[in-house]
Amino acid sequence: MISGISIYHILTLTSILFFIGVYGFITRKNLIAILISIELILNASVINFVIFNTYLYPNRLEGVFFSIFIIAIAAAESALAVSIIVSFYRMIASVAVKDTETLKY
Amino acid sequence: MDFSYTVLIPLIPLFVFLVVGIFSNYLNPKVAGAIGVLGLSTTTLLSLYTAYKYFFEVGKVNEVYQTIIGTKTTWIHFSEVLHIDMGVLLDPISIMMLVVVSSISLMVHIYSLGYMKGEIGFNRYYAFLSLFTFSMYSLVVATNIFQMYIFWELVGVSSFLLIGYYYDKPSAVAAAKKAFIVTRFADIGFLIGILILSFYAGTFDFQELNNPQGSLILNGVGSSFMGLSVIAWALILMFMGGAGKSAMFPLHIWLPDAMEGPTPVSALIHAATMVVAGVYLVARMFPLYYFIDGGFVLQIVAYVGAFTSLFAGVIACTQNDIKRVLAFSTMSQIGYMMLALGVSGFSGHEGLGYMAAMFHLFTHAMFKALLFLGAGSVIHAVHSNMMKDMGGLRKYMPISNITFLIAALAISGIPPFAGFFSKDEILVAALEKSPLLFAIEWAVAGVTAFYMFRIYFGIFWGKENSYAHTPHESPWVMTIPLMFLALMSIVAGFIPFSEFIAADRMPFEAHFNILVSTVSASVGVVGIVVAWIFYKSENNIPERVSKAFGAFYTWAFHKFYFDELYLFVTKKIIFNGVSASFAWFDKKVVDDGMIGIGNATLNTSEKIKKLQSGKFQDYATWFILGAIALTLYFLSKN
Amino acid sequence: MEQIIFYILAAIIVIFAVAAVNSRKILHAVIYLLFVLASVAGIYFLVNYNFLAALQLAIYAGGVIVLIIFSVMLTHNIDAQLEIASLKSKLIAGALSIGGMAVTLYAIYSYQFNSIENHQAIEVSDIGLKLLSFERGGYVLPFEVISILLLAILIGAIVIAKGQHLIEQEHKQNQQKL
Repeated sequence: MISGISIYHILTLTSILFFIGVYGFITRKNLIAILISIELILNASVINFVIFNTYLYPNRLEGVFFSIFIIAIAAAESALAVSIIVSFYRMIASVAVKDTETLKY
Repeated sequence: MDFSYTVLIPLIPLFVFLVVGIFSNYLNPKVAGAIGVLGLSTTTLLSLYTAYKYFFEVGKVNEVYQTIIGTKTTWIHFSEVLHIDMGVLLDPISIMMLVVVSSISLMVHIYSLGYMKGEIGFNRYYAFLSLFTFSMYSLVVATNIFQMYIFWELVGVSSFLLIGYYYDKPSAVAAAKKAFIVTRFADIGFLIGILILSFYAGTFDFQELNNPQGSLILNGVGSSFMGLSVIAWALILMFMGGAGKSAMFPLHIWLPDAMEGPTPVSALIHAATMVVAGVYLVARMFPLYYFIDGGFVLQIVAYVGAFTSLFAGVIACTQNDIKRVLAFSTMSQIGYMMLALGVSGFSGHEGLGYMAAMFHLFTHAMFKALLFLGAGSVIHAVHSNMMKDMGGLRKYMPISNITFLIAALAISGIPPFAGFFSKDEILVAALEKSPLLFAIEWAVAGVTAFYMFRIYFGIFWGKENSYAHTPHESPWVMTIPLMFLALMSIVAGFIPFSEFIAADRMPFEAHFNILVSTVSASVGVVGIVVAWIFYKSENNIPERVSKAFGAFYTWAFHKFYFDELYLFVTKKIIFNGVSASFAWFDKKVVDDGMIGIGNATLNTSEKIKKLQSGKFQDYATWFILGAIALTLYFLSKN
Repeated sequence: MEQIIFYILAAIIVIFAVAAVNSRKILHAVIYLLFVLASVAGIYFLVNYNFLAALQLAIYAGGVIVLIIFSVMLTHNIDAQLEIASLKSKLIAGALSIGGMAVTLYAIYSYQFNSIENHQAIEVSDIGLKLLSFERGGYVLPFEVISILLLAILIGAIVIAKGQHLIEQEHKQNQQKL
């Protein structure tokens, strides 16, 4: 717990970070850039878990564990996303979002 | 004696129809023809055996012919009262019809082996012939009026199929449609009649309906409509169905066009069997016709028959297509039968007309089938229906010539051929009832002889045409049926019909009226002589006579413009006047409503399908929007 | 002191996060992301979660960033400018984000959190014991599930990235050898 900083400050920070990620996810036109936005979103939620654990239940460890799992899954997800992007690039020589729009009406 | 085997008589042709029909693409035409002929021979033998057993051994009990139910099963069971049976009913007229149908059908089957040889669809033709024979057998042995109606429609279907046999010829297709629609229209009356009758009688069964001691005939039905009892109206409606099938005026217009079918089909269906179904119907229901309302409906039958026979006879004199002449002649002769039924009484010698109608039906089937088959033989040789393409054929086709002559003499009522006896009985019956009807029929007898010998001389005598290739006699499969039928046309008249068939089932002695027979035979001779003068050798008498008749001739030549009248009524009045508004409603309201619903769906989906853009960022946008909305919802709830 | 550090870290996080989602060069965006992640690790240090901070630096800053940089290298010209979204979509996304943020903040501030005063650090050994404990409240099952998941991802990533192309080449090479 940080002295002089209440939980509200930190939650405000994570909310801002989260919605910056959302903004990036919606506006970006490049798959890797979108991946970056996803990392931002995930980080915002990881901070939230940690902060809840510290400020509200300091003698327990659930928040830490969930953070660890989220980090592990995020790492796995980026590895998979990168491999998909690479394979996609090999197929159509592009990583632009507009080239992935075949699954429609 | 057990007659349950008679169920085989209709079932064998059905089996043949299924075999030949299903395997029509694989069977060799010769095999298909052989199967058809074999099946028909079997049923013919069974029919003759049944006739012998019935008439000479078991049928007569105490001098009255019994009705025997060969077999009967309930087909559809609605309730205890209302159920539709299928079965075989044997009585003098149904057995007589069995004999007629089987023998003519067998002859046509054999004849067609030669006539239809090499035609495309030969197997289909035999399948349809078998279908027709099956339906006709089932019709004549029907135990109840509903079974009769079912097979009545089935013979209509087979007739339709066979008229339209040359379906790549537009005129044949049109004729098939016309025949089907006209008879179907008439059958509406039949069906309504059946429904009314069975509603009041509570049964479909012929035996209960026809029982002269039954409640329907004795008590009648109280309710009446326009001065006639309801049952009488039902009988009139049923006669409408019969008139349609038998080509009685004014529902006759389909029969001449039906000649578009192959000639043996015309012989079987449109001369000997199916078209007499109307006569058979009236004969089958005769007690009802006779007793209800004092026989008022029978008078209608008589006058319709008489008028048709005169009307058709006059038209026949003007036609040049030999098959059409024969078609009108058929109408004319069926008119005779109807008239005979119409003037008939019920018991004893009064029932002469009933017997005469059946007698004439029998003899007419023989000689008219012979005429058609002979005409078919000629058409087969010269490849034309028109009389102007024929002439002088007697040298080339001796057998056809002689058999045709026998048939023409028979139909003209010249002794000792078959037609003389049956026609004579009809004239006697008519004379006893009404001198007017007698006079009409007497005149028609002369007209008949005239037009028959007109085409006979036109075909076999007269000026010899220059033929593209020399006509030759038909093969033996065609001449044997001709000779058999010629034999029948000679001897059939000597069958003592009154020994077998009577309205009240009690055989009686028919007296030979020497005066009437002399008068009728002489008018026949006069007709023949006139035809001889006109057409024996080429001269201009026919033209002068037709000019002398002037407008009347033209009128008759165009069949009194009945086709045009019907076309006018249907096209101009019904189609344009009545149906147009329905069509408008159908198109504008029903169709456009449905199309509008379809278009609305299409347009809506066209608009909202943009949502399914395939851009996952769009989906994410909607997802976030939804998440925010849900959050707001839950916040507002707290 | 801690307060000031937190504000500095928060400022770095927000500024570089905005930069990461707006940069026109993909490699710059990745580096900005690295700054954000490192600052997040700083926040973990501030709350005395040293182990977590180490994980954050090792996995995110070390692993994920390197992975992303490699994929950028594989698929992009280093000088390539990223395509920018249209103003309309930027406005929509911005409005959506600000709206969502407003709702979230409203929800946060309208809730009364019961913070507990506490300054002690967490022992790493506690985390390790609890993670492998199969007693009540132990996390051995999720731990194993995650390890299976990681294994699956490892294989899956190889299979996907290897692709059809390489297999065909190998096949051709084999055929040539034969």
